[in-house]
Amino acid sequence: MTQVKNTMNRRSFLKVSSLTGGGMLLSFNWFAGYAALPGGLPDPVKEWMELNSYIKITKAGEVLLMSPNPEFGSNVKTSMPMILADELDIDWKQVVVEQADFYPERFDRQFTGGSQGIRSGWKPLRKAGATARQMLVNAAAQTWNVPAGEITTEAGMLMHVASGKKAGYGEMAALAATLPVPKEVRTKAIKDFDIIGRSQKNVEGENIVMGKPLFGMDFQREGMVMAMVVHPPSFGMKLGAIQNAAEVKKMPGVKEVFTIQTLKDDYERNGFDTTSWTELVVIAGSTTWELMQAKKALKVQWEKAQDTQVVVNGWGGKKTVTIPAGLESSEGHLAAMQARAKQPARVLRKDGDPEAAFARAAKILERTYTCPFLAHNCMEPVNCFADVRSDRAEIYGPTQAPDLIRNTLAARLGLPKEKIQVNLARMGGGFGLRAYGHHMVEAAVISQHLQLPVKMIYTREDDMTYGIYRPAYMATYRAALDEKGQLIALHINGGGVPESPIHENRFPAGAVDNYLAEGWEIDSNITIGAFRAPRSNFNAAAEQSFLDELAELMGKDPIDFRLDLLARAKKNPVGKNNDYDADRYAGVLELVREKSGWGKTTPGVHRGVSAYFCHNSYVAEVVDMVMKNGKPWVQKVHAAVDCGIVINPDAAANMCEGAIVDAIGNAFYGELPFKEGAPQKNNFHNYRMIRNGEAPKSIEVHFVQNEKDPTGLGEPPFPPMFAAVANALYKATKKRYYKQPFAV
Amino acid sequence: MAAISLTVNGKKLSVDVDPKTPLLWVLREHLNLVGTKFGCGMAQCGACTVHLGDAAVRSCSLPVSAVGSQSVTTIEGLSAAGDHPVQKAWLELDVAQCGYCQTGQIMSAAALLKRKPQPTDADIESAMNGNICRCGTYLRIRAAIQKAASISKP
Repeated sequence: MTQVKNTMNRRSFLKVSSLTGGGMLLSFNWFAGYAALPGGLPDPVKEWMELNSYIKITKAGEVLLMSPNPEFGSNVKTSMPMILADELDIDWKQVVVEQADFYPERFDRQFTGGSQGIRSGWKPLRKAGATARQMLVNAAAQTWNVPAGEITTEAGMLMHVASGKKAGYGEMAALAATLPVPKEVRTKAIKDFDIIGRSQKNVEGENIVMGKPLFGMDFQREGMVMAMVVHPPSFGMKLGAIQNAAEVKKMPGVKEVFTIQTLKDDYERNGFDTTSWTELVVIAGSTTWELMQAKKALKVQWEKAQDTQVVVNGWGGKKTVTIPAGLESSEGHLAAMQARAKQPARVLRKDGDPEAAFARAAKILERTYTCPFLAHNCMEPVNCFADVRSDRAEIYGPTQAPDLIRNTLAARLGLPKEKIQVNLARMGGGFGLRAYGHHMVEAAVISQHLQLPVKMIYTREDDMTYGIYRPAYMATYRAALDEKGQLIALHINGGGVPESPIHENRFPAGAVDNYLAEGWEIDSNITIGAFRAPRSNFNAAAEQSFLDELAELMGKDPIDFRLDLLARAKKNPVGKNNDYDADRYAGVLELVREKSGWGKTTPGVHRGVSAYFCHNSYVAEVVDMVMKNGKPWVQKVHAAVDCGIVINPDAAANMCEGAIVDAIGNAFYGELPFKEGAPQKNNFHNYRMIRNGEAPKSIEVHFVQNEKDPTGLGEPPFPPMFAAVANALYKATKKRYYKQPFAV
Repeated sequence: MAAISLTVNGKKLSVDVDPKTPLLWVLREHLNLVGTKFGCGMAQCGACTVHLGDAAVRSCSLPVSAVGSQSVTTIEGLSAAGDHPVQKAWLELDVAQCGYCQTGQIMSAAALLKRKPQPTDADIESAMNGNICRCGTYLRIRAAIQKAASISKP
């Protein structure tokens, strides 16, 4: 058992109150766990102290747990309450999980993204569960007049063995609600967990298979109208004038045709206010189908945009950003990156004397890798409901970041933040896209204009061509070998449109004496944003493909080569700030080597390996590739994952399987090219997604068994797959693949 | 606008819509059956799959006027209590991640099993290739179809 404190900076993160009808409500702060992160608690501290979740125990013994994090498929709505329930010592079957929909003042700082849900929730959830349990024990001790230390709990029951007294939690809840919150509580020893680590079914499973209205797209409200937007066809273009508004307004079901400005020109944007166009045309009316016809009939004159300055106050501080004019193309991007890579770059990290090492090298291996823009393509197209009145606003829709968007809405609508209620719909996929709330601002501004409740829907084409993409990147890896064939220097130079992908402190930094990492950027008016494992999803592909080729040049087995580097990084690390744990990194490689039977050869089966660390977790993957109908097919994948304690093993395996399938699809097919500023793909007939028959026949996921605090899982299994596929392709085709998607 | 007669989930009803309106939008916005999802609007993703008679069709690209006398079954009508063998298998294997595409997947799978109670891997592949799952749950979808086939096995 571990003794944990319930206060932080002299403020309690827990509060107890009585439920009407007798029962207890323990409110607590989900994000107190951020205090455990390197760098401590982000500012402003007081906002983070707000109580944003609860445990309710009714007199009848029902246990309701609140899951405040938005759900986009990573199963936090099940796994986070599992942590609470285990410490509370209740039977999982007794638990009802609620989504934090209707508590706008309390449920601040909700965010799903960066694979941080479980990691940040782990400690506060355990503390809250243990505290509620302790208070029930204290209430029983008082009632029975026995020492609290003699009372045990099991599956929602309190017991005093010596006197034979027994009570359900519900019987003690009313009294517990009046007792002081203990200053310290004991959390369970890991060996005593009986819910954590045992697979539990998705709490929303039945609603999903029965098609219940869970999604923003399904929301309806009496008297609401439908709305669709029309955005410019190209980045670098903006709205000129609508040419046939009166004509379109006469079409069946059309109520209004008008323009909106979503963000004011002088508005100071936060880091998630990414918006491709602030001026849009809106068509509002009765039904989606009628609006789709009106959209087709609408004639709009678009104009070329000039350079535009916007103020962004994001995590990097406040700065003025210029959105450049121009109609960009993928060919232009590639040429610009190739030219820029030859110019001096920002030095991100330098160890030893890389220039001298390259100068005396007996052999140099240099390879350049590229990847294209990608669209998120969540299955649920962008949508949002808004009902904006003169004194308040209600928003219901898919978002990974409801708190951030409330600030934006308050500024735009001219309403106090506490008068804006953002209710969370289950998201039909997120993958980073729904961290950006432009759709919520659009719906709100439309509702304010019409003075009616509105549901705004994007068509698939709108969704795919709106922007906020995974950027295009390029990276050149150079390795220097001495005359004995030993690796003496590594140089990574990477950039992109419009950001650099390089994580300079990642492996193999720390394992090579002479190391140089450099980055550069090319401005663009195409909007970008987080996409499952941002930057890592490209870096892993480039780095792990390069290490494979380097191992071959050095005559080493690719797993042995990585393990040698990791042994070096552990024994005698080069430089500071290496951001990985060499033992855990080696651990997943060793596990995947064992589980896949690495080293044995099967005729017709071509193997590739890759490993990566991101979002605090380690993943190694081995691909078995075969030829199927003349095309390479990933038949089997072995994955070894170290994400610390696994809360819900089957759901965790499901997420790993999904990330692996997602990566195979993007490695072979994912691409959004541009011409004259316009995305060249706009629906699933030309944007190829991986389909059922293209997914592997089997995926084996092996979790490292340890007692480390849990870390990210939604993203880490994704990045390494790209290189595992590329390295297997090399075995299958004798060709190296440097450019994504891999054209085979 | 025209009055169009339909049989949906066993109920006879009439809707007053433009006959060109796709069945998807009639279901979602006129009949409040929102379990059938909008994904692409061009029969490329399968999120909108329903049964027309016994066949799986993409309701986003089927004009309501083309339905005629054929009965329409949506996810809401597949079973009253969510206990169709396919739904049970989906729960048993905890297939869903985000869940948005799953009703379309289930409708495609149920139509396959009706036509072919013991499908081969190739049958599953060809019946399910029209349904995209962005979360990548394809392996569990295939396993759940095999499971459902074994549940329904006489």
